[in-house]
Amino acid sequence: MILILEQLLNGLQYGVMLFLMAAGLTLIFGIMGVINLAHGSLFMVGAYAGTLAAAETGSFWLGIPVALITAAVVGFAIEALVIRRLYARDHLDQVLATFALILLFNQAITWGIGRQPVFIAIPETLSAPVELLPGLFYPPYRLVIIAAGLLVAYGLYLLINRTRIGMLVRAGATNRDMVRALGVDIRLLYTIVFGLGALLAGFAGYMSGPISAVQVGMGEQILLATFVVVVVGGVGSIKGAFVAGILLGVVDTMLRAFLPGILRGMMPADQADALGIGIASMGIYLLMALVLLVRPKGLFAAGG
Amino acid sequence: MSTQSQEFKSLGLKVAVALAIVVLLAVPFITDIVGGNSALSLITRILIYSIAAASLNFVLGYGGMISLGHAAFFGIGGYVVGLLFVHYTDETPLMGVIPGTNQLLITIPAAIAVSGLLALIIGALSLRTGGVQFIMITLAFAQMIFFFFVSLKAYGGEDGIIVRRTNEFLGLNMRDRLTLYYVILGFWAVFMLALWRLIRSSFGTVLRGMKQNERRMAALGFAPYRYKLYAFVLSGMGCGLAGALMANFLRFASPDMLHWTKSAALMTMVILGGVGSFFGPLLGTAAYLVLETELAALTEYWQFWLGLILMAVVLGTRGGLNALIARGVALIFRGRA
Repeated sequence: MILILEQLLNGLQYGVMLFLMAAGLTLIFGIMGVINLAHGSLFMVGAYAGTLAAAETGSFWLGIPVALITAAVVGFAIEALVIRRLYARDHLDQVLATFALILLFNQAITWGIGRQPVFIAIPETLSAPVELLPGLFYPPYRLVIIAAGLLVAYGLYLLINRTRIGMLVRAGATNRDMVRALGVDIRLLYTIVFGLGALLAGFAGYMSGPISAVQVGMGEQILLATFVVVVVGGVGSIKGAFVAGILLGVVDTMLRAFLPGILRGMMPADQADALGIGIASMGIYLLMALVLLVRPKGLFAAGG
Repeated sequence: MSTQSQEFKSLGLKVAVALAIVVLLAVPFITDIVGGNSALSLITRILIYSIAAASLNFVLGYGGMISLGHAAFFGIGGYVVGLLFVHYTDETPLMGVIPGTNQLLITIPAAIAVSGLLALIIGALSLRTGGVQFIMITLAFAQMIFFFFVSLKAYGGEDGIIVRRTNEFLGLNMRDRLTLYYVILGFWAVFMLALWRLIRSSFGTVLRGMKQNERRMAALGFAPYRYKLYAFVLSGMGCGLAGALMANFLRFASPDMLHWTKSAALMTMVILGGVGSFFGPLLGTAAYLVLETELAALTEYWQFWLGLILMAVVLGTRGGLNALIARGVALIFRGRA
C-alpha cells in the first residue's frame, strides 16, 4: 500500500513534468500550427544552462532564473530564425526543419560540453526524506516539483482565462485566420507563445536535472512522451495537456514499477523484467492509439 | 513547340535511364579502381535505402500521408529474415509451426507479406485520423514495435540478431560482395520498374488526386479511405523488402532498424531529394548516405553539418535536389531555344 502511494506520487511528479512540456507544445501546435520537434532541445538547453550556473555559483536556486532566461532567449532566437519561416509550410517541412534543429543542438552541446552526463545535487534543505504518512517517507524535492507544477498550471489557467493575452491565445487556438482577420498582431502573439513554451520547457529541464542525469539526448526521451500527451489531450488545449499529462505520467510510472513484478509470477525473472519494461514503455503509445481511435482529435480538442 | 519539347524531354529521360543502367552495372568495376570495397558497400546501401525512401515517398509525396513510423516496416522486414535464420540454424519451428529457412526466395516474399500485413493493421487504424494526429499515431505504432523487439530477450533484445550467413539464392555465392551487389541491384530494378508502373497507373492518378483534393475525389466516387489504405500497405511492403535486403547485406537485424530516428532519416532522404517526384528519393538517399559517410570521415560532429545542410534544403529550396536539377536542366534548354 505504501509502495503504491509512493509510486502514485512519483507518477504525479512525472505527470507534472510532462504537463510543463506539453503546455508549451500544445499552444505552439494549436495556435501557430507548427510541429516543433525541437521542444525537447529547449528542455535540454534549460537543464544544461541551469546546471552549469548552479555548479559555478554553488547555489541550486540561482540556477532557476538562468535556466528560464537561457531557454527563453534560445526560444526567441529559434522562433525568429527558423520557426517564423515555417508557418506557411506544410507539416512535413516543419518536422524536417525542427528535426535538423535537434541534430544541431545535440551536436553543439556535445561539442561544447562533452558527452559525459553532468550531475547536479538536490539542494540540501530538500534532501532529507519527510514522513508524509506513517511509514511513507518521500523525498521533498519531488514534492516541490509537484507543487511548482501545480502552481504553474494554476498560473497558466489564470493567464489563459483572465487576461487579454489569454483571450487572444484561446481565440488563436480556435481559429487562427479569424484572429488575424480581426487585426490582431498575430506575429507578436506567436513570439510570446513560443517564448512562453520555451520558458516552461527550460524550467522542466532544470527541475528534472537532479532526478535524472543532464545529458545529450535527454530532450528526445521526454519529447516523444510529450507529443503523446499533447495528442491525447487534444491539440491546443491546456486543460487537455494537464489531464493527459497527469494520466499518462501515473500510468507510465505504475506500469514500470509493477508490471515486471506481476510478470515474474508467470515466467523466469530476467525475461519477465525485459518484457515488463518493454510493455511498460509501450503503455503510453497504446493508450494514445486507443484514445485516438475513439476520439480522433484527442480528449479536449480546441476548435472542434 | 510544347509537344516537341515534351518529346525532347522524354528522349532525354530515356537516355538518362539507359546511362544510369550502364553505370549501375559497371559500378563494381569503377569502385574496384577508385574506392575499393567501402565504395561498393556505400552504393549497395544507397540502393537498399532508396527502395525504402521511394516507398515512403509513395505515401508521403503522392498520397499526402505524413508517416513518421515507416521504420517499423523496414525493421520488420529485417527481423523476418533474422528470425527465420535463427530457427533455420536451431532447427526449431518459429512459434511452434513455422519452419526456419535461409532461402532468399522464401525470406523476401515472407518479409514483404509480413510488413504488408503490419501496414494493413497500422494503416487501417491510423487512417481514421489525419494531420498531426496521423503523424503521431504512426510514430506511436512504430514505437510499440520498437519496444516489443527490444524486450524480446529470446531474440537478442537490444542487441538484435546476427545472421551469420547471407541467405542462399539460386546457388550463387552470396558471400561474394560482387554477387550480392548484382542480386540487390536486380531486386532494386524490379522494384523501381513496378513503382514506375504503379505511379503511372490509374491507381496512382487517383492517389495524387486525393492529395490535391480529397473531397472532390470522394465526389467522383473514389472512397479515400480505401485508396489511401491500399497505398499505405504497398508502401509498407516496399519498406519490408528494403529491410529484408538490408538484413541480408549487413547480416544483422537489430532494434536500431526500428528506431524512430530511422523513420526521420528516411523522411530526410525523401525531402532532400524532392517530395512527390520519382527520382527524388533516389537522389536524396544518395546525397544523404554520401554526406553521412564523407562527413563522418571528416569530423566526429558530422550530424551538426548534416543538420545545417538539412535546414538549408528545407528552408531554402522548394522541392529538394530533384527540383534544383530540373531547374538547371530547364535553364540549359531555355538557353538553347
